[in-house]
Amino acid sequence: VDVSWYLILSALLFAIGAGGVLIRRSPLVILLCLELMLNAGNLALVAFARDHGDQDGQVFALIVMVVAACEVVVGLGLIVAMFRRRLPLNVDEMRNLRG
Amino acid sequence: VGWFVSATTYAWLVLAFPLAGCLVNAFGWRVLPGRAAGWIGTAAIGLAFLNAIGALLMLLDKPVESRELTSSLWTYASAGGLDVKLGILVDPLSVFMILVVSGISTLIHLYSVAYLDSDRGYARYFAYLNFFVFSMLLLVLAGNFVLLIVGWAFVGFASYALISFWYRRNTATRAGMKAFVINVIGDVGLVLAAFFIFRELGSFDYLAVFDAAPEQFSTNQGVVIAICLLLCVGAFAKSAQLPLHTWLPDAMEGPTPVSALIHAATMVTAGVYLIARAHPLFELAPTAADISAFIGLATLIFAATVALAVTDLKRIIAYSTISQIGYMVVGASIGAYAAGLFHLMTHAFFKALLFMAAGSVISAMAGTQDIDRMGGLRRALPFTSTMMIIGALALAAFPGTSGFFSKDEILVFAAERGGFYWIFTVGGYLAALLTAVYAFRIVFRVFWGEPVEEARELEHGHLAHAEPENPMSGEPEDTDVGFPGPEHHIAERDWPMQWAMAVLGFGALFAGALQIPGLDDVVHSFLHGSFLDSPLYEQVPSVTADWEGLGIGGILAVLGIAVAYLVWVARPGTSTALAARLRGVHAFLVHKWYFDELYDALVYRPVIAVGRFASTVVERVVVQGIVTGAVEAVRSVGVVVRGAQSGFVRAYALLLVGGFAALGLYFLIVSG
Repeated sequence: VDVSWYLILSALLFAIGAGGVLIRRSPLVILLCLELMLNAGNLALVAFARDHGDQDGQVFALIVMVVAACEVVVGLGLIVAMFRRRLPLNVDEMRNLRG
Repeated sequence: VGWFVSATTYAWLVLAFPLAGCLVNAFGWRVLPGRAAGWIGTAAIGLAFLNAIGALLMLLDKPVESRELTSSLWTYASAGGLDVKLGILVDPLSVFMILVVSGISTLIHLYSVAYLDSDRGYARYFAYLNFFVFSMLLLVLAGNFVLLIVGWAFVGFASYALISFWYRRNTATRAGMKAFVINVIGDVGLVLAAFFIFRELGSFDYLAVFDAAPEQFSTNQGVVIAICLLLCVGAFAKSAQLPLHTWLPDAMEGPTPVSALIHAATMVTAGVYLIARAHPLFELAPTAADISAFIGLATLIFAATVALAVTDLKRIIAYSTISQIGYMVVGASIGAYAAGLFHLMTHAFFKALLFMAAGSVISAMAGTQDIDRMGGLRRALPFTSTMMIIGALALAAFPGTSGFFSKDEILVFAAERGGFYWIFTVGGYLAALLTAVYAFRIVFRVFWGEPVEEARELEHGHLAHAEPENPMSGEPEDTDVGFPGPEHHIAERDWPMQWAMAVLGFGALFAGALQIPGLDDVVHSFLHGSFLDSPLYEQVPSVTADWEGLGIGGILAVLGIAVAYLVWVARPGTSTALAARLRGVHAFLVHKWYFDELYDALVYRPVIAVGRFASTVVERVVVQGIVTGAVEAVRSVGVVVRGAQSGFVRAYALLLVGGFAALGLYFLIVSG
């Protein structure tokens, strides 16, 4: 299969993820959409690695997975902490950093 | 012969012992019992003195032409033609100086062991004192100008620390600051001189500089005069010569042994040493040397007149020190190097002795320093009065004493040199007469006359005790730190003080025997090794001229003592009548020629006015205006920009995504 199909899929996934991050208000869903974006990137990396015939892209994909795992740990930890404090699970209401 | 180490090794040991003593006392003050700190300090300096003798013996083994030895431990800095080593120069001049410094210091440490016995800062005192001796030895042993400046600054600090030793005394801390500030003026002169030397000759090393100077400079070339005058600024600040002398009388706020060691016998002679050390430069700049000699002459006359009028016992001796250093500066500047340095040595003996005796008197008077309140202490203090009389005889240059031989040698050299140098002879003899008068003014007013109450009590064995008060301001004193402790110590009752004074008394009487015209020539011939390149060094006055000068000096000394006897013993009240008759002159002298008032008007007040202007106008209006303006500008920009910080995470994310998308588009278009 031509590499461009993989790239189109990857771009589609990335756009869905980005759209989710921008549109949805629940932190949990935003986190899921972030995962989607990261994996879209992974797909592109792996596709390019296969196309070029070397393993560098694969290695990067593995590293991105590690980073993604870390990020999920932090993100979920934050969400749990918010839940415990009975804070609203809505990112638009958490705007204490307004200038 | 393994223990016959070289002269330079001895010299390093001379430096090592005082430093070790300082460190032991500084870090061990908590655990050192009783007088241990004092004995450690004394032993350290005593060992340094023994090693100085070792260096002397090693140096005497060598022929006169090769008595300049150098040694260096490591290199400080080496870059771009600059080559500074931690190096020493061991030659007759530096060995002479370390012998005087360590010898006198040993005795003064010994004296202090008893004198400061009940002071709470006992170990701190000896740590400072050892540090001073280390710094002074470093100063005189330094083999280049950089190390000289290091030692120079160290002794300045040690002097500051010891003047302000009783730090609860306001007058003492102020005197310490004054001394430090004036000494820094001198340091600046010295540093600038070193810069000039490096610029012109490319080296800081003494021997290299002095070798290169005659080829590089023509006689009286502008730059060499500038170098010498800058060196003089350093020398005059340290040696309390006009117009930088005002710190020395105030330095008497320190403990009396400190006055004896630092502000009479050793540190203040550093300027004389510097001029003698830099003699190849001064001989290339005769104009600068003459200026220096004239300042010395003015100082010695000025200080002798002031010493006639002031009534504080220690300050009389301080002005006497300024005056005597004036003689040394004249000697070193006109080329009578050996005579100037010989006078440095004899002066160290009798001036230290006078201060020690004064310390004993002040203790007997329970802290009073005003000679108007003293009198008739002769029978109460038999030993102290004998020593004071010996010191005064040597100071007055009474025939046969050490001061007799050393002072006249300078003046005779000036007379023999020809030209206008006779001025120094005349001025010197004039001041010599005054010297004899004020020296015996001290003796007669303190020890003769009607015994005061303290003296009568002491004759019955009761040492006076008074509530400690500041002798200058009359404020009650903090006995924690201040005053040599609650107990008083007089030489009659403490053997360390007595021994120290006895040895100095011996030196003050008989040290002149080293250099009797026609008989022996010890100092002059020994120092020759450091002055091989000096044509002036060979010009010694004839023996006949010497003895003529000594005759005049002897007559003046006896005359001065007779005048003092007449005024203060035979017809008491003469001086009061005279002061009342010449009220203007007396006030002029008592106010020390109004130098302090002059500096107050010329320096202090303008600086304070500038400071006030800076604080009200520059600080409040200009600086404050700039600062508030900057704050306002940042704030008004912030008001505009903060609208972007909505706090909506999704808005930020949108900006991020949109930004990257725009960037991607841009690159697509550009590459396409």
